[in-house]
Amino acid sequence: MSTEGILVMTRSAPYGSSAARDALDVALTCSVFEQPVTLLFLDDGVFQLLKGQSPSVIGQKNLNAVQQSLPLYDIKRLCVSTSSLEQRGLRQDELILPVELVDDAALPALLAQHRHVLSI
Amino acid sequence: MIFSIVVQAPPVQTQGAETALRFARAVLAAGHSIHRIFFYRDGVHNGSALTCTPQDEFNIPQQWQELAQQHKLDLVVCIAAAVRRGVINEQEAVRYKQDQWNLRDSFELSGLGQLVEACIQSDRVVTFGARS
Repeated sequence: MSTEGILVMTRSAPYGSSAARDALDVALTCSVFEQPVTLLFLDDGVFQLLKGQSPSVIGQKNLNAVQQSLPLYDIKRLCVSTSSLEQRGLRQDELILPVELVDDAALPALLAQHRHVLSI
Repeated sequence: MIFSIVVQAPPVQTQGAETALRFARAVLAAGHSIHRIFFYRDGVHNGSALTCTPQDEFNIPQQWQELAQQHKLDLVVCIAAAVRRGVINEQEAVRYKQDQWNLRDSFELSGLGQLVEACIQSDRVVTFGARS
């Protein structure tokens, strides 16, 4: 199987730690260096994509603003774990960007499609 | 095979950094090469020159430095993550008008581009200390 590009895997909720922002920074840098990049949202990471966030009341920057710039950086492949969404009672239409749903059985193949996986 | 290692774990509070160090030694002992070790997030604390460890415990930052000197390793600390956490070199101290600096010898500050370049150059990239 041919493999190319970098998969950035993010599994943390948006504001309890810097993980979400740190993962986005890595993905954006991959794009700047013209590396094909896929973002994979797993576990609580799916909360990062919820619309209508207002973190300014806790002194945080809104991730939605950066997320909406992802297509401009040519980061078009955003994969979301179907089971992670379902476990949290979330629906695809509650997310800020169009995503590709991936069920658990398809995750190994998704990882194998990429040359490197960076977990943040 | 060419490896790069990403360290997101700080040196003391979790075992991730020490495990990364052991992994780096094992990679070299097995005859592979290490293109770069990239310190990101709280992993930037591995680059502090000021860690003072009891004699019967490992001084992880010092061990990184010794390993780098023995094998001419490229130890790169993410500059954006580091300056936020107070791990800076003399140049950044001047830039941010600080009186002191603490980056350990053998480490250098650079951007996330060095992580991406490491991915491009390496057959394997192994991350330690993610998800904290």
